[in-house]
Amino acid sequence: MSQVHLIMNQKEKLILVIDPKDNVGVALTDIREGDTCIIRRGDIVEQMTALDNIPFGHKIALTNVEKDEPVYKYGEEIGKMKEGIKRGGWIHSHNMYCERGMG
Amino acid sequence: MGDTFMGYRRKDGSVGIRNLIAIIPSVFCSSKVVERIACQVPGTVYFRHPVGCSQVGEDLEITAKTLIQIGRHPNFAGVVVVGLGCERFSPYELVEGISSTGKMLQTVVIQEAGDSLKAIEEGVRYAREMQQIASRQQREEVDVSELTIALNCGGADATSGMVANPALGIASDKLVAQGGSSILSELTELLGTEHILARRAVNDQVAREIKEAIYRMEERLKNQTANSSNPNRKHLISKGNYDGGLSSVVEKSLGSMKKGGNAPVSGVIRYGEPLKGKGLFLLDSPGHDGEVATGQVAAGAQMILFPTGRGTPTGFPGVPVVKITGNPKTYNKMNENIDINAGTVITGEKTLEEVGEEIYQEILDVASGKMVKSEILGHDELFCITRVP
Repeated sequence: MSQVHLIMNQKEKLILVIDPKDNVGVALTDIREGDTCIIRRGDIVEQMTALDNIPFGHKIALTNVEKDEPVYKYGEEIGKMKEGIKRGGWIHSHNMYCERGMG
Repeated sequence: MGDTFMGYRRKDGSVGIRNLIAIIPSVFCSSKVVERIACQVPGTVYFRHPVGCSQVGEDLEITAKTLIQIGRHPNFAGVVVVGLGCERFSPYELVEGISSTGKMLQTVVIQEAGDSLKAIEEGVRYAREMQQIASRQQREEVDVSELTIALNCGGADATSGMVANPALGIASDKLVAQGGSSILSELTELLGTEHILARRAVNDQVAREIKEAIYRMEERLKNQTANSSNPNRKHLISKGNYDGGLSSVVEKSLGSMKKGGNAPVSGVIRYGEPLKGKGLFLLDSPGHDGEVATGQVAAGAQMILFPTGRGTPTGFPGVPVVKITGNPKTYNKMNENIDINAGTVITGEKTLEEVGEEIYQEILDVASGKMVKSEILGHDELFCITRVP
């Protein structure tokens, strides 16, 4: 994904929300812990502080999500949390699980 | 009447968005003759393929059905079929399969014509006669419900599932809502979404068929990975997928599925068969770009919408392939190959909804005759009939 990493060195730390039901957004640029992120849901814009470093294309929690609660992206469940996460935290394979297709 | 486009009305009631003469070989042996005929007559396209000889059973049936459907396709005003003469699927069967469309149709058989040169001469004469007649037909205004688009993703990167596919899904939904049709495929990229697609099925029968088709594809993949000598090729989700931010195979498949928007699923079609009705359909096919596109065109799609994050130049003979990228860097780098820059969502210039509308307008423009970049550059490598393993 190195090619994609180079896309934007923009100052705005944009987060895209794909579906209104989602509890995660997608980072549209590399984000550093403590950055103020701008969340876009269609025309609605709000702000949030990142709690972790989040690479381009990765997921950031829009709300607190408890252990074993579902993670929603595209308005659908993509897995559940192995542990609780706070709003602004990084969600990936280290703290999310999915029973399907994991061998 | 809803939105409209300018298309070519055919005798069987179907509507083409191009008005070309197709030169189709019934067997791979006649491919060069087909190519030579097409090269001598402007307004023709040709189909080279490596099959049609010594195939049996379902494998041959799929080849036969697909070739017939290509010949029946509404983008073609006429067809010249070129056979060798000894093939099991005879050129006359291919002609018979196309004939009920009422379009201009001729047959050349190399072994009957005498030799390659005589067959080329005969084919060129037929093709030019057809082209003179076709060139006089005018476009007319038709309702957008006469349009079928195909959705196929290739050379994906992280931006495909994030922006290009969801934006295309918005355009697809808009078409389907107005009575048009859209074909989603690549079952290898839909594992884990069968329950979602089944939930959107128009009835229980379709819901069952969706699940069966995706489970069958998963079995096929598992059988192949079980026998793989290379352990790195056993995974259904790659290291690059994880690096790009995908945390599960379901998340990856959802990104792929989003090309089909949120419309109800009207049915599952088998490879080489036409759509039954209107709406969003699922085509049973693996993920290879050429196999997918060929099955979609055989099903009747007049145009293919093709998101690509990393960029691919490919096209299909006689069927426009609209390239969309969600990666602004790819758009700038491969400008002569990419039609739509959905990367404007990444750069913050536009919303998904705005790019969805942009894609929808492009669909109408291309249906009315606007040439896409893959057509202008002559790309035609996506014709590739699937085989039964």
